[in-house]
Parts: sequence; structure tokens; C-alpha cells
Amino acid sequence: MEKKKKFAQLGDIWKRLRKNKLAVLGLIIIVIIFLVAIFANFIAPYSYDQQDLLSCFQGPSAQHWFGTDEFGRDIFSRVVYGTRISLLIGFVAVAIAMVIGVLLGAFSGYYGATVDNVIMRLMDILLSIPQIILAIAIVAVLGNGLFNLMLAVGISSIPHYARIVRASVLSVKDQEFIEAAKAAGSSDLRIIFKHIIPNCLAPIIVQATLGVAMAILTAAGLSFVGLGISPPTPEWGSMLSSARSYIRDYAYMTMFPGLAIMITIFALNVLGDGLRDALDPKQKK
Amino acid sequence: MANEKKNLLEIRDLTVEYHTNGGVVHAVNGLNLEVAQGETLGFVGETGAGKTTTALSILNLLPRPQGKVLSGSVKYNGEEILNKSNKEMTRIRGEKISMIFQDPMTSLNPVMTVGDQIAEGIRLHEHLNKADAHKKALEMLETVGIRPERASDYPHQFSGGMKQRVVIAIALACNPELLIADEPTTALDVTIQAQMLELMKGLKDQYDTSMIMITHDLGIVAEICDKVAIMYAGNVVEYGDKVDIFTPEKPHHPYTVGLFDSIPDIYHEQEELKIIKGLTPDPTNLPSGCTFHPRCPYACEECSKQVPKHLEVEPGHTISCHRFDDTKEVK
Amino acid sequence: MAETILEVKNLKKYFKTKKGMLHALDDVSFSINQGETLGLVGESGCGKSTTGRAILRLHEPTSGEVLFRGTDVVKLNAAQMKEMRKKMQIVFQDPYSSLNPRLNIEELISEPLLVNKVYDNKTDLYNRVHEVMDIVGLERRLSTSYPHELDGGRRQRIGIARALSINPEFIVMDEPVSALDVSVQAQILNLMNQLKKDLGLTYLFISHNLSVVKHVSDRIAVMYLGKIVEMADYKDIFDNPLHPYTQALLSAIPIPRLDVEKRQRIILEGDVPSPVNPPEGCRFCGRCRFRKEGCDKNEPKLVDVGNGHLVACHLVADK
Repeated sequence: MEKKKKFAQLGDIWKRLRKNKLAVLGLIIIVIIFLVAIFANFIAPYSYDQQDLLSCFQGPSAQHWFGTDEFGRDIFSRVVYGTRISLLIGFVAVAIAMVIGVLLGAFSGYYGATVDNVIMRLMDILLSIPQIILAIAIVAVLGNGLFNLMLAVGISSIPHYARIVRASVLSVKDQEFIEAAKAAGSSDLRIIFKHIIPNCLAPIIVQATLGVAMAILTAAGLSFVGLGISPPTPEWGSMLSSARSYIRDYAYMTMFPGLAIMITIFALNVLGDGLRDALDPKQKK
Repeated sequence: MANEKKNLLEIRDLTVEYHTNGGVVHAVNGLNLEVAQGETLGFVGETGAGKTTTALSILNLLPRPQGKVLSGSVKYNGEEILNKSNKEMTRIRGEKISMIFQDPMTSLNPVMTVGDQIAEGIRLHEHLNKADAHKKALEMLETVGIRPERASDYPHQFSGGMKQRVVIAIALACNPELLIADEPTTALDVTIQAQMLELMKGLKDQYDTSMIMITHDLGIVAEICDKVAIMYAGNVVEYGDKVDIFTPEKPHHPYTVGLFDSIPDIYHEQEELKIIKGLTPDPTNLPSGCTFHPRCPYACEECSKQVPKHLEVEPGHTISCHRFDDTKEVK
Repeated sequence: MAETILEVKNLKKYFKTKKGMLHALDDVSFSINQGETLGLVGESGCGKSTTGRAILRLHEPTSGEVLFRGTDVVKLNAAQMKEMRKKMQIVFQDPYSSLNPRLNIEELISEPLLVNKVYDNKTDLYNRVHEVMDIVGLERRLSTSYPHELDGGRRQRIGIARALSINPEFIVMDEPVSALDVSVQAQILNLMNQLKKDLGLTYLFISHNLSVVKHVSDRIAVMYLGKIVEMADYKDIFDNPLHPYTQALLSAIPIPRLDVEKRQRIILEGDVPSPVNPPEGCRFCGRCRFRKEGCDKNEPKLVDVGNGHLVACHLVADK
């Protein structure tokens, strides 16, 4: 009976999501991007670091669908491999920020008083530093590398989740069903995880989808200053940054990585909106 | 129908729908209603019966685009107002027909003083200058029992009962002929409600205002109303003089009987309350024929097939029920 | 053979606010016998809801004792309190906000059972949930439905089922029918009475609606501004109200009948004063038509004027 219940719930969510055509489009795009990332080896005709200095700065052609960059590398292959990097950065950074941020926000909002004060002032300190500078500082301390980059972007995003969750918790906390849970004997932790956080999901999801997009852009900025990712790693943002110098003569070099970012972010946003609506059981059919 | 007093408001065959994602809500179905001059009509029904929708339809305040008036006529002083433009209606709202809503907390603008809010309506309709309008606003405050010095206070500085008095002051400021009050005392404490009812009775006499009092509380109806209309699932199932409705020995619609039985009687002990079995129908999927038949203890086959007509069981007292089919129909 | 199941002694609950100390409950005492329903009546701000919650320690009492079968609930530690919660439950007023919108009916009703680890396997757990659903008249097919799919009456039944699932002895009913339509209200009141008889429950029934309270209560206590001003058998309160506030309250109820004598309506002047920094002396004297010398200086005590009828009023006590 348990299993049937859980499936019934997921089935309901899927049914609601399906009705939102835009969200489904977003989902399809994300799935395609994931597939591209997984099967990059088979899709990309060239390796991402394969240089061919005789064929640099070539526009899109039969051999090079997206053209070549300043080192003669196939841009299409680089974009394809780039899906791996960007998705990885986006999701891992958001995961770090979300887990820590939600916990901090939930405890802050639920317990209030000193706990709230301490946590929120810590968040204020983090927020007072521009996100990208904070990320730079963290990477400077921890050193270069993909994981440290994700950690840096993640940590700098924590306050956003903490604040959003705290605001949500404050409004849910006073509802009678929380009192009912207390009257039944529920512990604080159970109330926070079973009753409060699930009712705060909507803003978290929206923030997460925006967050993946932000993370991708922040990573690009860091790569630009030489932190985090080192060439020849084909990260879209860094591809975009390095192609900036050539934008007048070779616009296609910015176009394709730029499009890739745009489409990914668009898909994430509409999917996020659709999920938020589908997850709310009170949404009118 | 009795013709001693002219009918101020006459509604015939009103049908209103809401188009929502969940289906079409049949809020009002072929409603007939009338209010004579100087009369107070008690408009009784439970949640979802369609009382508020009817009130909003009169004033052309239905939410657009979901709310649609499909058919029917609403005549005010003999003139059809259903098809009037919004601009024409603004001259009627507040000036000829005023409305007050249930929740005084949200009926007032929190960033305007109460004096200004009362004066606003006055200036719109009576074209007085600022100073004269303000003077009139102070008079209105006194009429509803609030010290005029409080005109410069903001809504949050008043209690619930006082806020509702301000709302009444705004509604009556331009001396409308008809006041529609939508559950005006439901959100108030019982002693404050008593104050409010005394106030409304006094104002009614002073200004000779006709009133439609929308409520689910039959006690309030007994206190302040002259005529009563009982509403169920978008239709008036019984209408009559107060005495007709409140006399148990007279004929009644089964729903009316059920309503009275559901109320705990303060004078008699009852072991169990007699209940109306079942629940109010889904307005997107109303029962066929008489909408009350699934819950009616007297239902027969015809009830599920035919919508009952409005039948006059005695002068001025109509019931929509097949049990009275042998009495004459009223149009 | 009535034994006292709950005894509340000198219960106080104060809240600190920016404007001063809010006296929500000020020295409230009463007792309830097994199988009895005590009706607690009053208007907004009188403290009746706070009383119900303080008894269950959903609000921690500022001082006073709450003796459940002799054990002082206020002094229990967290583990003991958790045990106690199995015996004392609550049904809330708002059938909308008292149910977690993300849980379906089965999950909602099973919450107290899960939290208290009553059953060690899922089958027994769900059997109990269905048993309770039958008792309160909820169709089993609704197990996987969500609160927003149901009407107010059914939602309130879920709240009652949830409270009943762990077999409590005492239930605080906090305005359980105020948010319901009159016809649904009747169904729920009948249900509550039936359950009380079948399961031997004891109720504290909180409401502002006097006709409803009269229908369900054995004894009634009237509260005003954090204090009990009158307490008596349900018939006595209505036939012979002694406190001026009770008299005003009773006369304010609109009666749905035409054949009763036009009562002398007692209209109270002014509004309920603020429970923040309440005045000395009798809290009602500002609005009392019998106010006399000394009422505003000395607080009247609850006095038994005969037959278990208690009143806190100088006028009555002097007689």
C-alpha cells in the first residue's frame, strides 16, 4: 500500500506538470542536454582540445558545424563537452548552497531569537561581499580546480537560500497544523523536516533553477580571471569570455556558446516554474 | 406579488456562471428576487449558495473574465441596469446602491484616514468641495457612533466593530436608496454584533433605506428583516414575509425546514440535532431537476427530472418544490 | 461516579509585548469530571483559546497547575510530556490551516501514531487509521485524498480523527464548528456527542457561540479578559445568569424565532478593553451598567452562590 501511495503522488505531480506545455519543453531540453553530456564522446566529432592551427577562425562548415576558434579547435565539440562541465558546476554548486542554506534558514526561522540573530548576521556578512568577489576569495584560499570552483560558487550562494527559507518558515510556523504536530508529540526536528520544509519548497525550487544559471555565469566570470577552470577545459562561460575579443570579426565564436547558455537557462527557468506549480497540491487542476 | 410598495429592485431569471480551470461553476440559476422601497430583505443561504455572486451581479462587480451573466434582468426603479456600461454604473454605485462586505479588516484602505475615505465617496457623487465634504464626513461619523475627532485616525487604530461602523458610514454617506450588506456582522463578536444591528436598525429608520441583508444567521434575519429569501445552489427555494418563514406550521421548502432544525435551540434541549443528510452540491456538477433532491427526505421521481416552478402557497409566500405543485404558479 | 479528570489551578499566561504585559490568562481555575463537557465561552481576547492551549502546553503557562488525574502537567519534562500527550489531544477551529496541505488523509491521521511509535508495522498502523476513519464517518476511499480536495465538514472530521487516533481520554475542542456552515455544524456536533458517549471522552469545548455551547455542555464557564466571571450548570447559566456580562452576552444572541418576548436588549457600551496592563479591580466595570463604588478598586473573587453556581461580581456577592 505504501508503494502505491508514493507512485500515486508522483503520478499526480507528473500529470500536473504535463499540462504545462512550456515546462515540458524545458524538461525535454534539459533531458537532451543531459544526454549530450553523457554521450559526448559519441556525439563530438573531435576532441575538445584538438588543435589545428591551420584551420583557425573558420566559420561554420560541413567539417566544423560551429566553426573553429582561435586555436583551430572545433567549437561544436567544445560546446558538446562543455555541457558536462556546465551542468556539473551548476548542479553541484546549487546542491551545496541549497543543503546548507535550507538547513540554516529553517533553524533560523523556527527557533528565532539568538539562533536566528547569529545565523542571519553571518548571512549578512556573506551577502555584503559581491558574490563573484567572494567566490574569487574562496578559490584563492582553496586553490584552483573544478571542485574548489563549485565549492566557492556554492558557498557564495548560501545566504540566498537561507533568507528565502527563513521567510517561508516564519509564515508556515504559525499555521495551526504545526501546533497540531506539536500536540501529537512531534519533536522539533520532525516538525522542521516533515511539516515545515516541504511547505517551503516552491521558493526553494525557483531559487535553485535561477541558481544553476547564476552558477554557470559566475563560473564563467571566475574562469575569465584565470581562477577555477584552466584552459583547455571547454566551459561555455570561459569560451564566451575568450571569444569576446573576436566578436567583431568572428561573431559565431560567441554565438554558439552564448546560445548554449541561453537555451539551458531558459529551459531551467520554465521547468522550475512548472515544477513549483506542479508540486503545489493546492494548484487548481 | 403584493403591490402596495413599489419595487425598488427586481431581479428576474438571473443566471450567472464562473469559468474556471476546474470547470464551469453554475453560481446562480434562474434567480428571482425583489426588494420594495423601505424594505429589508434577508437573503439567507450557506456557503456557495450564490448570494454574494447575486449581489456582485447587481452592481456589475463580477470578477472578469471568469464571471459571466448569461441571462436575466435586473431592474432598478424600473430601469434595466444589467447591460449598463461601467461608467454608467459608477454613478449608481455608492450613490443609489451601496454595498458593504464581510471583512472590515480588508474593506478599508490602510493608508488613508477614515475621514478621507468617507469624504472620497461624498466628493465623487455629490460634487461638494473638500471642506464641505469633510464636514459631511464628520457628521456621518457621529451618526454611526464614532467621535468626530477620530476622522484623522487610520483604520488600524480602530477595533473590528469600529471599523465596520466606518464602512457603514462610507456606504451611507451619499444616502443611497438600497444598501447591500454582505454578512456584515459575521466577523464580529456577538456583543459588538448586537451594537451593529441596533445601529443598522436605527439608520434604516432614519434614512428609510432599503436593504438586502446577506447572512446565514436566521437569528439576524428574525431581528432586522421584513422579507426573507432562502437560497440553495443558485436559486431561491423559498420567499416570503418574515412571519411566513418563521412560522413552523406553515408550508415550507424541505431545505428551510432542515436549516431551522440544524440550529441548536436555546430554549429546548435536544439530544441530537436533526441534520440534512449529504453535502452542498458541487456547483460545477449540479444535480438534475430540483438541485436539492439528493438530500431531500421527500424526494420523488419527478424531483430528479423537472426543475420545480415557483409556486405561491399563500399570498406573498412562494416555494420551489414539487410537493406544492397543485398550487398556482407565480411568474 | 464522577471523578475529577482535569483540575486547573490558578493558571496564568502572560505575554510580553512592546506595549506592556499582556494578561491573556489571569488566575483561572476550574475542574472537569470524567465524561463531562465543560463549555468555555467568551468573546475575542477573553483568553478561552489560550486556556485550551496552555492546558496542553502548546503555550507554556506562566504559572499555575494543570493536574491531569493528579499529575501536574506543567512540571513534566519533555519525555514525560510526550507520554502525557497521548491522553490529552486537541481539535482546532480552522479546518483549512490545521491540516498540513502536503499530506494526504492517511498520513495526517497516522501522524500521532507514528510519532508515538504505537505500532511497529505498517499494516497495524493503517488498520487503526481506517478504523478511526470509520468512527468519524470518513469514507475509506478518501485515504489518499488531500485536504484541499475536501469540504470543511470532512476536513474537520479529519482533525477529529487525528485527535482520536491515539485513544486520548481528554480532548480540547477549540471552536471546532465555528468555521462550518450551519447544516454541517449540526452533523459535526452530533458526531462529537456520539463519540463522547461511545468512547467515554471528556471535553473542554471552547466557543463564542452560546447556542452551540448550550447544546453540548454539562457546565459552562464564561470568560472575560482573562478571567472566569461566571461558572454554572448549563441550565443555570441560561435560566439565571447572574454576572452582568453574562446577562449582556445572552441578550445579544439573535434568536431565530418570532414567538419569544421582545427581550430587553442590553447593549454594552464601548469595546472590549485591551488585555495589556489590565485595570485594577473588576475588569468589566468600565462597561457594566451596575457599576458602583469600589468596583474599580477591588477585584471580585469567584464565589459559590449556591448549587455550584460561581460568580465573580461584587453586586452579587453582597447580596
